Amino acid sequence: MSNEHTAGPHSVGRRLIDLVPHIVLIVGVLIFAFPIYVTLIGSTWDAATIGRGSLPMTPGGEAWTNYSQAWSESHGERASYTPVRLMLMNSLIMALSIAVGKIAISILSAYAVAFFRFPLRMVFFWMIFITLMLPVEVRIIPTYKVVADLGMIDSYAGLAIPLIASATATLLFRQFFLTIPDELVEAAKIDGAGPLRFFFDILLPLSKTNIAALFVILFIYGWNQYLWPLLVTNSADMETIVIGITKMIGTGEAANDWNLIMATTVMAMLPPVAVVVFMQRWFIKGLVDSEK
Amino acid sequence: MQRRVIFDNKLLPYLLLAPQVAVTLIFFIWPASQAVWQSVHIQDAFGLRSEFVWFENFTAILSDPNYVGTLRITAVFSLSVAVLSMAVALLLAALADAKIKGAAVYKTLLIWPYALAPAVAAVLWMFIFNPEIGSLGRLLNAMGYNWDYRLNGDQALTMVILAASWKQVSYNFIFFLAGLQAIPRSVLEAANIDGAGPVRRFWTITFPLLSPTTFFLLVVDMVYAFCETFGTIHALTHGGPGKATETLIFRVYQDGVVNNDLGASSAQSVLLMVILIVLTTIQFRFVERKVHYS
Repeated sequence: MSNEHTAGPHSVGRRLIDLVPHIVLIVGVLIFAFPIYVTLIGSTWDAATIGRGSLPMTPGGEAWTNYSQAWSESHGERASYTPVRLMLMNSLIMALSIAVGKIAISILSAYAVAFFRFPLRMVFFWMIFITLMLPVEVRIIPTYKVVADLGMIDSYAGLAIPLIASATATLLFRQFFLTIPDELVEAAKIDGAGPLRFFFDILLPLSKTNIAALFVILFIYGWNQYLWPLLVTNSADMETIVIGITKMIGTGEAANDWNLIMATTVMAMLPPVAVVVFMQRWFIKGLVDSEK
Repeated sequence: MQRRVIFDNKLLPYLLLAPQVAVTLIFFIWPASQAVWQSVHIQDAFGLRSEFVWFENFTAILSDPNYVGTLRITAVFSLSVAVLSMAVALLLAALADAKIKGAAVYKTLLIWPYALAPAVAAVLWMFIFNPEIGSLGRLLNAMGYNWDYRLNGDQALTMVILAASWKQVSYNFIFFLAGLQAIPRSVLEAANIDGAGPVRRFWTITFPLLSPTTFFLLVVDMVYAFCETFGTIHALTHGGPGKATETLIFRVYQDGVVNNDLGASSAQSVLLMVILIVLTTIQFRFVERKVHYS
Protein backbone atom coordinates (compact mmCIF):
# COMPACT_ATOMS: atom_id res chain seq x y z
CA MET A 1 0.00 0.00 0.00
CA SER A 2 2.91 2.35 0.69
CA ASN A 3 3.87 2.66 -2.96
CA GLU A 4 0.61 4.51 -3.62
CA HIS A 5 2.42 7.70 -2.69
CA THR A 6 5.00 7.30 -5.43
CA ALA A 7 3.25 5.60 -8.36
CA GLY A 8 -0.34 5.83 -7.16
CA PRO A 9 -3.41 6.67 -9.23
CA HIS A 10 -2.70 10.39 -8.96
CA SER A 11 0.59 10.50 -10.81
CA VAL A 12 0.65 12.14 -14.25
CA GLY A 13 1.72 8.95 -16.04
CA ARG A 14 -1.13 7.02 -14.52
CA ARG A 15 -3.61 9.69 -15.58
CA LEU A 16 -2.43 9.48 -19.18
CA ILE A 17 -2.87 5.71 -19.11
CA ASP A 18 -6.39 6.22 -17.75
CA LEU A 19 -7.14 8.31 -20.83
CA VAL A 20 -6.34 5.50 -23.28
CA PRO A 21 -9.68 3.67 -22.91
CA HIS A 22 -11.53 6.93 -23.49
CA ILE A 23 -9.52 7.71 -26.60
CA VAL A 24 -10.10 4.23 -28.07
CA LEU A 25 -13.82 4.33 -27.24
CA ILE A 26 -14.22 7.81 -28.72
CA VAL A 27 -12.47 6.68 -31.91
CA GLY A 28 -14.86 3.70 -31.97
CA VAL A 29 -17.90 5.92 -31.50
CA LEU A 30 -16.67 8.25 -34.27
CA ILE A 31 -16.12 5.39 -36.72
CA PHE A 32 -19.78 4.48 -36.24
CA ALA A 33 -21.07 8.05 -36.25
CA PHE A 34 -19.06 9.43 -39.19
CA PRO A 35 -21.02 7.79 -42.05
CA ILE A 36 -24.27 8.93 -40.44
CA TYR A 37 -22.93 12.47 -40.14
CA VAL A 38 -21.90 12.52 -43.79
CA THR A 39 -25.35 11.28 -44.81
CA LEU A 40 -27.10 13.89 -42.65
CA ILE A 41 -24.95 16.65 -44.14
CA GLY A 42 -25.45 15.31 -47.66
CA SER A 43 -29.20 15.40 -47.22
CA THR A 44 -29.00 19.20 -46.78
CA TRP A 45 -27.16 19.96 -50.05
CA ASP A 46 -28.16 19.84 -53.70
CA ALA A 47 -27.47 16.91 -56.03
CA ALA A 48 -24.83 18.75 -58.05
CA THR A 49 -22.66 19.57 -55.02
CA ILE A 50 -22.67 15.94 -53.89
CA GLY A 51 -22.21 14.61 -57.43
CA ARG A 52 -19.08 16.74 -57.90
CA GLY A 53 -17.65 15.04 -54.83
CA SER A 54 -17.19 18.34 -53.03
CA LEU A 55 -19.58 17.78 -50.15
CA PRO A 56 -18.71 20.24 -47.34
CA MET A 57 -18.60 19.09 -43.71
CA THR A 58 -21.21 21.64 -42.62
CA PRO A 59 -24.97 21.66 -43.34
CA GLY A 60 -26.26 23.31 -46.51
CA GLY A 61 -29.57 25.05 -47.07
CA GLU A 62 -31.46 22.45 -49.07
CA ALA A 63 -32.75 20.32 -46.20
CA TRP A 64 -36.38 21.38 -46.51
CA THR A 65 -36.45 21.00 -50.30
CA ASN A 66 -34.79 17.59 -50.23
CA TYR A 67 -36.87 16.10 -47.45
CA SER A 68 -40.20 17.42 -48.64
CA GLN A 69 -39.46 16.32 -52.17
CA ALA A 70 -38.35 12.84 -51.13
CA TRP A 71 -41.34 12.58 -48.80
CA SER A 72 -44.16 13.41 -51.19
CA GLU A 73 -43.18 13.67 -54.84
CA SER A 74 -39.70 12.20 -55.07
CA HIS A 75 -38.85 13.11 -58.60
CA GLY A 76 -35.37 14.52 -58.68
CA GLU A 77 -33.57 16.10 -61.61
CA ARG A 78 -32.73 12.73 -63.12
CA ALA A 79 -35.51 10.34 -62.33
CA SER A 80 -38.60 9.89 -60.21
CA TYR A 81 -38.97 7.46 -57.35
CA THR A 82 -41.60 5.96 -55.08
CA PRO A 83 -42.41 8.66 -52.49
CA VAL A 84 -40.83 8.05 -49.09
CA ARG A 85 -44.15 8.33 -47.25
CA LEU A 86 -45.43 5.35 -49.25
CA MET A 87 -42.26 3.29 -48.71
CA LEU A 88 -42.21 4.12 -45.00
CA MET A 89 -45.82 3.00 -44.75
CA ASN A 90 -44.96 -0.28 -46.51
CA SER A 91 -41.96 -0.87 -44.24
CA LEU A 92 -44.01 -0.03 -41.16
CA ILE A 93 -46.82 -2.40 -42.12
CA MET A 94 -44.33 -5.17 -42.91
CA ALA A 95 -42.29 -4.70 -39.72
CA LEU A 96 -45.36 -4.47 -37.47
CA SER A 97 -47.07 -7.47 -39.10
CA ILE A 98 -43.94 -9.57 -38.76
CA ALA A 99 -43.30 -8.55 -35.14
CA VAL A 100 -46.91 -8.87 -33.97
CA GLY A 101 -47.50 -12.02 -36.04
CA LYS A 102 -44.39 -13.77 -34.75
CA ILE A 103 -45.21 -12.91 -31.13
CA ALA A 104 -48.87 -13.93 -31.44
CA ILE A 105 -48.38 -17.33 -33.05
CA SER A 106 -45.32 -18.11 -30.93
CA ILE A 107 -46.89 -17.33 -27.57
CA LEU A 108 -49.87 -19.54 -28.49
CA SER A 109 -47.74 -22.48 -29.56
CA ALA A 110 -45.43 -22.12 -26.55
CA TYR A 111 -48.52 -22.18 -24.34
CA ALA A 112 -49.69 -25.40 -25.99
CA VAL A 113 -46.31 -27.08 -25.68
CA ALA A 114 -45.67 -26.01 -22.08
CA PHE A 115 -49.12 -26.39 -20.47
CA PHE A 116 -50.73 -29.33 -22.24
CA ARG A 117 -49.90 -32.98 -22.76
CA PHE A 118 -51.15 -34.39 -26.04
CA PRO A 119 -50.15 -36.83 -28.78
CA LEU A 120 -47.47 -35.57 -31.22
CA ARG A 121 -46.48 -32.77 -28.84
CA MET A 122 -42.75 -33.26 -29.43
CA VAL A 123 -43.23 -33.74 -33.18
CA PHE A 124 -44.73 -30.27 -33.39
CA PHE A 125 -42.06 -28.87 -31.14
CA TRP A 126 -39.24 -30.17 -33.34
CA MET A 127 -41.03 -29.09 -36.47
CA ILE A 128 -41.07 -25.53 -35.17
CA PHE A 129 -37.51 -25.91 -33.98
CA ILE A 130 -36.06 -26.82 -37.39
CA THR A 131 -37.36 -23.60 -38.94
CA LEU A 132 -34.47 -22.05 -37.05
CA MET A 133 -32.14 -23.81 -39.43
CA LEU A 134 -33.89 -22.73 -42.61
CA PRO A 135 -33.69 -18.96 -43.00
CA VAL A 136 -35.49 -17.66 -46.09
CA GLU A 137 -32.16 -17.02 -47.82
CA VAL A 138 -31.42 -20.72 -48.26
CA ARG A 139 -34.79 -21.65 -49.74
CA ILE A 140 -35.72 -18.56 -51.74
CA ILE A 141 -36.82 -20.08 -55.02
CA PRO A 142 -39.26 -22.75 -53.72
CA THR A 143 -40.67 -20.36 -51.11
CA TYR A 144 -41.13 -17.73 -53.78
CA LYS A 145 -42.97 -20.29 -55.88
CA VAL A 146 -45.38 -21.15 -53.04
CA VAL A 147 -46.14 -17.48 -52.50
CA ALA A 148 -46.64 -16.94 -56.23
CA ASP A 149 -48.99 -19.95 -56.46
CA LEU A 150 -51.01 -18.57 -53.57
CA GLY A 151 -51.34 -15.23 -55.42
CA MET A 152 -49.54 -13.37 -52.66
CA ILE A 153 -47.00 -11.51 -54.81
CA ASP A 154 -47.17 -7.73 -54.31
CA SER A 155 -49.29 -8.00 -51.18
CA TYR A 156 -48.65 -7.26 -47.52
CA ALA A 157 -49.65 -10.84 -46.71
CA GLY A 158 -46.92 -12.09 -49.05
CA LEU A 159 -44.37 -9.78 -47.45
CA ALA A 160 -45.14 -10.78 -43.88
CA ILE A 161 -46.82 -14.18 -43.46
CA PRO A 162 -44.01 -16.39 -44.85
CA LEU A 163 -41.67 -14.80 -42.30
CA ILE A 164 -43.81 -15.05 -39.16
CA ALA A 165 -42.99 -18.59 -38.05
CA SER A 166 -40.54 -18.19 -35.20
CA ALA A 167 -38.63 -20.90 -33.39
CA THR A 168 -36.69 -18.30 -31.42
CA ALA A 169 -39.79 -16.62 -29.99
CA THR A 170 -41.47 -19.97 -29.28
CA LEU A 171 -38.40 -21.25 -27.40
CA LEU A 172 -38.16 -18.01 -25.44
CA PHE A 173 -41.80 -18.07 -24.33
CA ARG A 174 -41.62 -21.78 -23.53
CA GLN A 175 -38.52 -21.19 -21.42
CA PHE A 176 -40.34 -18.45 -19.53
CA PHE A 177 -43.53 -20.52 -19.10
CA LEU A 178 -41.54 -23.34 -17.52
CA THR A 179 -40.43 -20.98 -14.75
CA ILE A 180 -43.99 -20.16 -13.73
CA PRO A 181 -44.63 -21.90 -10.38
CA ASP A 182 -47.00 -24.88 -10.41
CA GLU A 183 -48.78 -23.37 -7.39
CA LEU A 184 -49.94 -20.44 -9.49
CA VAL A 185 -51.47 -22.74 -12.09
CA GLU A 186 -53.04 -24.92 -9.39
CA ALA A 187 -54.53 -21.90 -7.63
CA ALA A 188 -56.00 -20.68 -10.90
CA LYS A 189 -57.49 -24.11 -11.59
CA ILE A 190 -59.00 -24.28 -8.10
CA ASP A 191 -60.52 -20.85 -8.66
CA GLY A 192 -62.23 -22.35 -11.68
CA ALA A 193 -60.16 -20.66 -14.39
CA GLY A 194 -60.11 -22.61 -17.65
CA PRO A 195 -57.05 -22.71 -19.90
CA LEU A 196 -58.14 -19.67 -21.95
CA ARG A 197 -58.99 -17.62 -18.88
CA PHE A 198 -55.62 -18.54 -17.36
CA PHE A 199 -53.85 -17.53 -20.57
CA PHE A 200 -55.48 -14.13 -20.92
CA ASP A 201 -55.79 -13.14 -17.25
CA ILE A 202 -52.55 -14.49 -15.80
CA LEU A 203 -50.03 -15.64 -18.41
CA LEU A 204 -50.32 -12.74 -20.83
CA PRO A 205 -49.85 -10.01 -18.16
CA LEU A 206 -46.87 -11.95 -16.74
CA SER A 207 -45.28 -12.08 -20.21
CA LYS A 208 -45.38 -8.31 -20.73
CA THR A 209 -41.62 -7.78 -20.40
CA ASN A 210 -40.80 -10.68 -22.67
CA ILE A 211 -43.27 -9.44 -25.26
CA ALA A 212 -41.78 -5.94 -25.18
CA ALA A 213 -38.25 -7.27 -25.47
CA LEU A 214 -39.14 -9.53 -28.37
CA PHE A 215 -41.12 -6.80 -30.07
CA VAL A 216 -38.07 -4.54 -30.26
CA ILE A 217 -35.79 -7.09 -31.92
CA LEU A 218 -38.51 -8.47 -34.18
CA PHE A 219 -39.55 -5.00 -35.34
CA ILE A 220 -35.96 -4.34 -36.37
CA TYR A 221 -35.73 -7.76 -37.99
CA GLY A 222 -38.88 -7.02 -39.99
CA TRP A 223 -37.88 -3.48 -40.93
CA ASN A 224 -34.48 -4.60 -42.22
CA GLN A 225 -35.69 -7.46 -44.44
CA TYR A 226 -34.07 -7.27 -47.85
CA LEU A 227 -33.98 -10.41 -49.97
CA TRP A 228 -37.60 -11.37 -49.32
CA PRO A 229 -39.23 -8.02 -50.21
CA LEU A 230 -36.90 -7.80 -53.22
CA LEU A 231 -38.39 -11.08 -54.46
CA VAL A 232 -42.08 -10.75 -53.67
CA THR A 233 -42.69 -7.12 -54.64
CA ASN A 234 -42.63 -5.95 -58.22
CA SER A 235 -44.83 -2.88 -58.20
CA ALA A 236 -43.32 0.42 -57.09
CA ASP A 237 -46.28 0.98 -54.74
CA MET A 238 -45.23 -2.01 -52.65
CA GLU A 239 -41.57 -1.08 -52.30
CA THR A 240 -40.16 -1.02 -48.78
CA ILE A 241 -37.80 1.81 -47.93
CA VAL A 242 -34.64 -0.32 -47.66
CA ILE A 243 -35.24 -1.72 -51.15
CA GLY A 244 -36.24 1.74 -52.38
CA ILE A 245 -32.84 3.21 -51.51
CA THR A 246 -30.85 0.68 -53.50
CA LYS A 247 -33.25 1.05 -56.43
CA MET A 248 -32.67 4.82 -56.34
CA ILE A 249 -28.90 4.29 -56.36
CA GLY A 250 -28.92 1.89 -59.29
CA THR A 251 -25.35 1.42 -60.47
CA GLY A 252 -24.01 4.23 -58.27
CA GLU A 253 -23.02 6.72 -60.94
CA ALA A 254 -22.04 10.26 -59.97
CA ALA A 255 -25.07 11.62 -61.84
CA ASN A 256 -27.64 10.48 -59.30
CA ASP A 257 -30.15 12.38 -57.21
CA TRP A 258 -27.83 11.92 -54.24
CA ASN A 259 -29.60 14.61 -52.22
CA LEU A 260 -32.87 12.68 -52.35
CA ILE A 261 -31.10 9.35 -51.80
CA MET A 262 -29.41 10.66 -48.66
CA ALA A 263 -32.63 12.21 -47.32
CA THR A 264 -34.39 8.89 -47.97
CA THR A 265 -31.59 7.00 -46.19
CA VAL A 266 -31.94 9.23 -43.12
CA MET A 267 -35.68 8.59 -43.01
CA ALA A 268 -35.11 4.84 -43.47
CA MET A 269 -32.75 4.73 -40.48
CA LEU A 270 -34.81 6.83 -38.08
CA PRO A 271 -37.55 4.37 -37.02
CA PRO A 272 -35.35 1.35 -36.15
CA VAL A 273 -32.63 3.48 -34.57
CA ALA A 274 -35.24 5.29 -32.47
CA VAL A 275 -36.65 1.95 -31.32
CA VAL A 276 -33.19 0.73 -30.27
CA VAL A 277 -32.19 3.93 -28.52
CA PHE A 278 -35.46 4.59 -26.68
CA MET A 279 -36.18 0.97 -25.79
CA GLN A 280 -32.54 0.10 -25.08
CA ARG A 281 -33.21 -1.87 -21.89
CA TRP A 282 -35.82 -4.10 -23.53
CA PHE A 283 -33.77 -4.37 -26.67
CA ILE A 284 -30.73 -5.78 -24.86
CA LYS A 285 -32.91 -8.13 -22.81
CA GLY A 286 -34.65 -9.37 -25.96
CA LEU A 287 -31.42 -9.88 -27.82
CA VAL A 288 -29.58 -11.70 -25.05
CA ASP A 289 -32.59 -13.78 -23.90
CA SER A 290 -33.58 -14.95 -27.35
CA GLU A 291 -30.11 -16.37 -27.97
CA LYS A 292 -30.02 -18.39 -24.74
CA MET B 1 -39.16 -30.97 -20.25
CA GLN B 2 -42.73 -30.55 -19.12
CA ARG B 3 -44.54 -28.89 -16.25
CA ARG B 4 -46.09 -30.96 -13.50
CA VAL B 5 -49.38 -29.08 -13.44
CA ILE B 6 -51.04 -29.09 -16.83
CA PHE B 7 -54.44 -28.50 -18.36
CA ASP B 8 -56.27 -31.48 -19.75
CA ASN B 9 -58.01 -30.42 -22.88
CA LYS B 10 -58.07 -32.56 -25.99
CA LEU B 11 -58.65 -30.10 -28.80
CA LEU B 12 -57.32 -26.79 -27.52
CA PRO B 13 -53.56 -27.47 -27.78
CA TYR B 14 -53.94 -28.32 -31.49
CA LEU B 15 -55.88 -25.13 -32.10
CA LEU B 16 -53.19 -23.13 -30.29
CA LEU B 17 -50.49 -24.72 -32.42
CA ALA B 18 -52.42 -24.49 -35.68
CA PRO B 19 -51.26 -21.05 -36.93
CA GLN B 20 -47.57 -21.67 -36.30
CA VAL B 21 -47.72 -25.20 -37.72
CA ALA B 22 -49.62 -24.02 -40.80
CA VAL B 23 -47.07 -21.31 -41.57
CA THR B 24 -44.20 -23.71 -40.92
CA LEU B 25 -45.64 -26.41 -43.20
CA ILE B 26 -46.60 -24.10 -46.05
CA PHE B 27 -43.61 -21.76 -46.08
CA PHE B 28 -40.79 -23.84 -44.57
CA ILE B 29 -41.20 -27.60 -44.76
CA TRP B 30 -42.93 -27.75 -48.15
CA PRO B 31 -40.51 -25.37 -49.97
CA ALA B 32 -37.51 -27.04 -48.34
CA SER B 33 -38.67 -30.46 -49.48
CA GLN B 34 -39.39 -29.03 -52.93
CA ALA B 35 -35.79 -27.83 -53.07
CA VAL B 36 -34.57 -31.30 -52.13
CA TRP B 37 -36.82 -32.88 -54.76
CA GLN B 38 -35.75 -30.47 -57.50
CA SER B 39 -32.11 -30.88 -56.61
CA VAL B 40 -32.19 -34.53 -57.74
CA HIS B 41 -34.27 -33.89 -60.88
CA ILE B 42 -33.75 -32.15 -64.19
CA GLN B 43 -36.69 -30.48 -65.89
CA ASP B 44 -37.15 -30.28 -69.64
CA ALA B 45 -37.22 -26.88 -71.31
CA PHE B 46 -40.98 -26.49 -70.91
CA GLY B 47 -41.12 -27.56 -67.30
CA LEU B 48 -43.49 -30.40 -68.23
CA ARG B 49 -41.39 -33.44 -67.41
CA SER B 50 -38.77 -34.11 -64.81
CA GLU B 51 -36.18 -36.80 -64.83
CA PHE B 52 -34.59 -38.26 -61.74
CA VAL B 53 -30.85 -37.77 -62.08
CA TRP B 54 -29.38 -38.74 -58.69
CA PHE B 55 -26.65 -36.25 -57.79
CA GLU B 56 -26.04 -34.90 -61.26
CA ASN B 57 -27.00 -31.36 -60.28
CA PHE B 58 -24.63 -31.50 -57.32
CA THR B 59 -21.67 -32.84 -59.28
CA ALA B 60 -22.43 -30.24 -61.96
CA ILE B 61 -22.23 -27.29 -59.58
CA LEU B 62 -19.36 -28.68 -57.53
CA SER B 63 -17.25 -29.23 -60.64
CA ASP B 64 -18.06 -25.75 -61.91
CA PRO B 65 -14.89 -23.71 -61.26
CA ASN B 66 -17.06 -20.61 -60.84
CA TYR B 67 -18.94 -22.27 -58.01
CA VAL B 68 -15.72 -23.36 -56.33
CA GLY B 69 -14.56 -19.75 -56.62
CA THR B 70 -17.80 -18.63 -55.02
CA LEU B 71 -17.24 -21.11 -52.17
CA ARG B 72 -13.76 -19.71 -51.62
CA ILE B 73 -15.00 -16.11 -51.64
CA THR B 74 -17.77 -17.00 -49.20
CA ALA B 75 -15.26 -18.62 -46.84
CA VAL B 76 -12.87 -15.64 -46.99
CA PHE B 77 -15.74 -13.20 -46.64
CA SER B 78 -17.47 -14.97 -43.72
CA LEU B 79 -14.29 -15.59 -41.73
CA SER B 80 -13.07 -12.03 -42.28
CA VAL B 81 -16.40 -10.55 -41.20
CA ALA B 82 -16.55 -12.79 -38.10
CA VAL B 83 -12.96 -12.15 -37.00
CA LEU B 84 -12.93 -8.44 -37.76
CA SER B 85 -16.25 -7.62 -36.10
CA MET B 86 -15.42 -9.78 -33.06
CA ALA B 87 -11.97 -8.27 -32.57
CA VAL B 88 -13.23 -4.69 -32.70
CA ALA B 89 -16.24 -5.52 -30.52
CA LEU B 90 -14.11 -7.28 -27.89
CA LEU B 91 -11.70 -4.36 -27.66
CA LEU B 92 -14.54 -1.86 -27.23
CA ALA B 93 -16.46 -4.07 -24.80
CA ALA B 94 -13.40 -4.70 -22.60
CA LEU B 95 -12.84 -0.96 -22.37
CA ALA B 96 -16.50 -0.04 -21.83
CA ASP B 97 -16.83 -2.69 -19.14
CA ALA B 98 -14.09 -1.10 -17.02
CA LYS B 99 -15.29 1.32 -14.39
CA ILE B 100 -14.71 4.46 -16.40
CA LYS B 101 -16.68 7.66 -16.53
CA GLY B 102 -19.44 7.75 -19.11
CA ALA B 103 -19.48 4.00 -19.72
CA ALA B 104 -23.28 4.08 -20.18
CA VAL B 105 -23.00 6.82 -22.81
CA TYR B 106 -20.36 4.90 -24.73
CA LYS B 107 -22.59 1.83 -24.66
CA THR B 108 -25.57 3.68 -26.14
CA LEU B 109 -23.37 5.24 -28.81
CA LEU B 110 -21.97 1.84 -29.78
CA ILE B 111 -25.08 -0.33 -29.90
CA TRP B 112 -27.34 1.67 -32.22
CA PRO B 113 -25.80 0.40 -35.50
CA TYR B 114 -27.58 -2.87 -34.70
CA ALA B 115 -30.73 -1.13 -35.92
CA LEU B 116 -29.38 -0.56 -39.44
CA ALA B 117 -30.24 -2.91 -42.27
CA PRO B 118 -27.14 -4.49 -43.86
CA ALA B 119 -28.11 -2.82 -47.14
CA VAL B 120 -28.38 0.60 -45.45
CA ALA B 121 -24.97 0.12 -43.82
CA ALA B 122 -23.62 -0.63 -47.29
CA VAL B 123 -25.19 2.53 -48.69
CA LEU B 124 -23.59 4.62 -45.91
CA TRP B 125 -20.20 3.16 -46.84
CA MET B 126 -20.85 3.94 -50.47
CA PHE B 127 -21.48 7.61 -49.61
CA ILE B 128 -17.97 7.74 -48.17
CA PHE B 129 -15.94 5.39 -50.35
CA ASN B 130 -17.54 5.92 -53.74
CA PRO B 131 -14.58 7.06 -55.91
CA GLU B 132 -16.62 9.89 -57.42
CA ILE B 133 -18.80 11.29 -54.65
CA GLY B 134 -17.28 9.84 -51.47
CA SER B 135 -14.86 12.01 -49.50
CA LEU B 136 -12.55 9.14 -48.52
CA GLY B 137 -12.83 7.48 -51.92
CA ARG B 138 -11.71 10.71 -53.56
CA LEU B 139 -9.01 11.21 -50.95
CA LEU B 140 -7.55 7.77 -51.72
CA ASN B 141 -7.40 8.63 -55.41
CA ALA B 142 -5.96 12.07 -54.72
CA MET B 143 -3.19 10.39 -52.73
CA GLY B 144 -2.29 8.40 -55.82
CA TYR B 145 -3.91 5.14 -54.72
CA ASN B 146 -6.01 3.81 -57.56
CA TRP B 147 -9.28 3.28 -55.69
CA ASP B 148 -12.41 2.08 -57.44
CA TYR B 149 -14.19 -0.86 -55.85
CA ARG B 150 -16.51 -1.00 -58.87
CA LEU B 151 -13.61 -2.07 -61.09
CA ASN B 152 -11.09 -3.72 -58.76
CA GLY B 153 -12.16 -7.11 -57.36
CA ASP B 154 -9.93 -7.09 -54.28
CA GLN B 155 -11.08 -3.61 -53.37
CA ALA B 156 -14.70 -4.67 -53.84
CA LEU B 157 -14.23 -7.64 -51.50
CA THR B 158 -12.50 -5.42 -48.93
CA MET B 159 -15.33 -2.93 -49.19
CA VAL B 160 -18.13 -5.49 -48.59
CA ILE B 161 -16.15 -7.09 -45.73
CA LEU B 162 -15.71 -3.71 -44.04
CA ALA B 163 -19.33 -2.66 -44.54
CA ALA B 164 -20.66 -6.02 -43.31
CA SER B 165 -18.34 -6.08 -40.28
CA TRP B 166 -19.06 -2.45 -39.39
CA LYS B 167 -22.74 -3.30 -38.99
CA GLN B 168 -22.09 -6.48 -36.99
CA VAL B 169 -19.75 -4.96 -34.37
CA SER B 170 -22.64 -3.68 -32.25
CA TYR B 171 -24.20 -7.15 -31.97
CA ASN B 172 -20.89 -8.68 -30.87
CA PHE B 173 -20.31 -5.76 -28.53
CA ILE B 174 -23.61 -6.39 -26.71
CA PHE B 175 -22.82 -10.07 -26.19
CA PHE B 176 -19.19 -9.53 -25.18
CA LEU B 177 -20.34 -6.92 -22.70
CA ALA B 178 -22.91 -9.33 -21.25
CA GLY B 179 -20.21 -12.03 -21.10
CA LEU B 180 -17.77 -9.71 -19.36
CA GLN B 181 -20.35 -8.66 -16.81
CA ALA B 182 -21.00 -12.31 -15.96
CA ILE B 183 -17.37 -12.83 -14.91
CA PRO B 184 -17.19 -12.72 -11.11
CA ARG B 185 -15.39 -9.60 -9.91
CA SER B 186 -13.63 -11.64 -7.23
CA VAL B 187 -11.65 -13.55 -9.88
CA LEU B 188 -10.35 -10.35 -11.44
CA GLU B 189 -9.64 -8.78 -8.07
CA ALA B 190 -7.63 -11.80 -7.00
CA ALA B 191 -5.52 -11.44 -10.14
CA ASN B 192 -5.16 -7.75 -9.43
CA ILE B 193 -3.79 -8.47 -5.96
CA ASP B 194 -1.38 -10.97 -7.48
CA GLY B 195 0.04 -8.03 -9.36
CA ALA B 196 -1.06 -8.91 -12.90
CA GLY B 197 -1.32 -5.87 -15.16
CA PRO B 198 -4.57 -5.13 -17.01
CA VAL B 199 -3.40 -6.52 -20.37
CA ARG B 200 -2.01 -9.73 -18.85
CA ARG B 201 -5.13 -10.05 -16.71
CA PHE B 202 -7.24 -9.82 -19.83
CA TRP B 203 -5.41 -12.52 -21.80
CA THR B 204 -4.85 -15.01 -18.98
CA ILE B 205 -8.18 -14.71 -17.17
CA THR B 206 -10.87 -12.70 -18.93
CA PHE B 207 -10.39 -14.01 -22.46
CA PRO B 208 -10.45 -17.74 -21.55
CA LEU B 209 -13.56 -17.15 -19.42
CA LEU B 210 -15.19 -15.47 -22.44
CA SER B 211 -14.59 -18.45 -24.72
CA PRO B 212 -18.24 -19.65 -24.68
CA THR B 213 -19.37 -16.18 -25.81
CA THR B 214 -16.59 -16.03 -28.41
CA PHE B 215 -17.52 -19.38 -29.85
CA PHE B 216 -21.22 -18.57 -29.90
CA LEU B 217 -20.53 -15.28 -31.68
CA LEU B 218 -18.27 -16.98 -34.21
CA VAL B 219 -21.19 -19.18 -35.30
CA VAL B 220 -23.74 -16.35 -35.27
CA ASP B 221 -21.40 -14.10 -37.27
CA MET B 222 -20.77 -16.84 -39.83
CA VAL B 223 -24.53 -17.31 -40.28
CA TYR B 224 -24.93 -13.53 -40.56
CA ALA B 225 -22.18 -13.36 -43.17
CA PHE B 226 -23.74 -16.25 -45.05
CA CYS B 227 -27.33 -15.03 -45.16
CA GLU B 228 -28.01 -11.48 -44.13
CA THR B 229 -25.17 -9.85 -46.02
CA PHE B 230 -27.03 -10.47 -49.24
CA GLY B 231 -28.29 -6.89 -48.81
CA THR B 232 -24.76 -5.53 -48.33
CA ILE B 233 -23.53 -7.16 -51.51
CA HIS B 234 -26.64 -6.42 -53.55
CA ALA B 235 -26.47 -2.75 -52.61
CA LEU B 236 -22.72 -2.27 -53.08
CA THR B 237 -21.34 -4.52 -55.80
CA HIS B 238 -24.06 -6.87 -57.16
CA GLY B 239 -21.51 -9.65 -56.76
CA GLY B 240 -19.05 -7.92 -59.05
CA PRO B 241 -16.83 -6.82 -60.55
CA GLY B 242 -16.85 -10.11 -62.40
CA LYS B 243 -17.62 -12.56 -59.60
CA ALA B 244 -15.26 -10.98 -57.07
CA THR B 245 -17.90 -10.55 -54.35
CA GLU B 246 -20.33 -13.31 -55.28
CA THR B 247 -21.20 -15.29 -52.15
CA LEU B 248 -23.20 -18.54 -52.10
CA ILE B 249 -26.52 -16.82 -51.35
CA PHE B 250 -25.91 -14.26 -54.05
CA ARG B 251 -25.23 -17.04 -56.53
CA VAL B 252 -28.47 -18.86 -55.59
CA TYR B 253 -30.34 -15.64 -56.18
CA GLN B 254 -28.53 -15.08 -59.45
CA ASP B 255 -29.12 -18.62 -60.78
CA GLY B 256 -32.67 -18.99 -59.53
CA VAL B 257 -34.21 -15.54 -59.95
CA VAL B 258 -32.13 -13.89 -62.63
CA ASN B 259 -31.13 -16.89 -64.78
CA ASN B 260 -34.12 -19.08 -63.85
CA ASP B 261 -32.08 -22.29 -63.60
CA LEU B 262 -34.14 -24.30 -61.10
CA GLY B 263 -32.06 -27.49 -60.86
CA ALA B 264 -28.76 -25.73 -60.22
CA SER B 265 -30.37 -23.27 -57.82
CA SER B 266 -32.11 -26.04 -55.84
CA ALA B 267 -28.94 -28.09 -55.51
CA GLN B 268 -27.23 -24.98 -54.17
CA SER B 269 -30.12 -24.35 -51.77
CA VAL B 270 -29.77 -27.89 -50.45
CA LEU B 271 -26.01 -27.41 -49.94
CA LEU B 272 -26.72 -24.16 -48.09
CA MET B 273 -29.31 -25.86 -45.89
CA VAL B 274 -26.74 -28.52 -44.99
CA ILE B 275 -24.18 -25.84 -44.08
CA LEU B 276 -26.76 -23.96 -42.01
CA ILE B 277 -27.95 -27.12 -40.25
CA VAL B 278 -24.35 -27.96 -39.34
CA LEU B 279 -23.71 -24.44 -38.04
CA THR B 280 -26.90 -24.25 -35.96
CA THR B 281 -26.40 -27.76 -34.59
CA ILE B 282 -22.91 -26.83 -33.43
CA GLN B 283 -24.40 -23.74 -31.83
CA PHE B 284 -27.11 -25.68 -30.01
CA ARG B 285 -24.81 -28.44 -28.83
CA PHE B 286 -22.72 -25.74 -27.29
CA VAL B 287 -25.66 -23.83 -25.80
CA GLU B 288 -26.80 -27.00 -24.05
CA ARG B 289 -23.41 -27.25 -22.40
CA LYS B 290 -23.51 -23.64 -21.32
CA VAL B 291 -26.87 -24.22 -19.61
CA HIS B 292 -25.36 -27.14 -17.70
CA TYR B 293 -22.45 -25.13 -16.44
CA SER B 294 -24.38 -22.12 -15.21
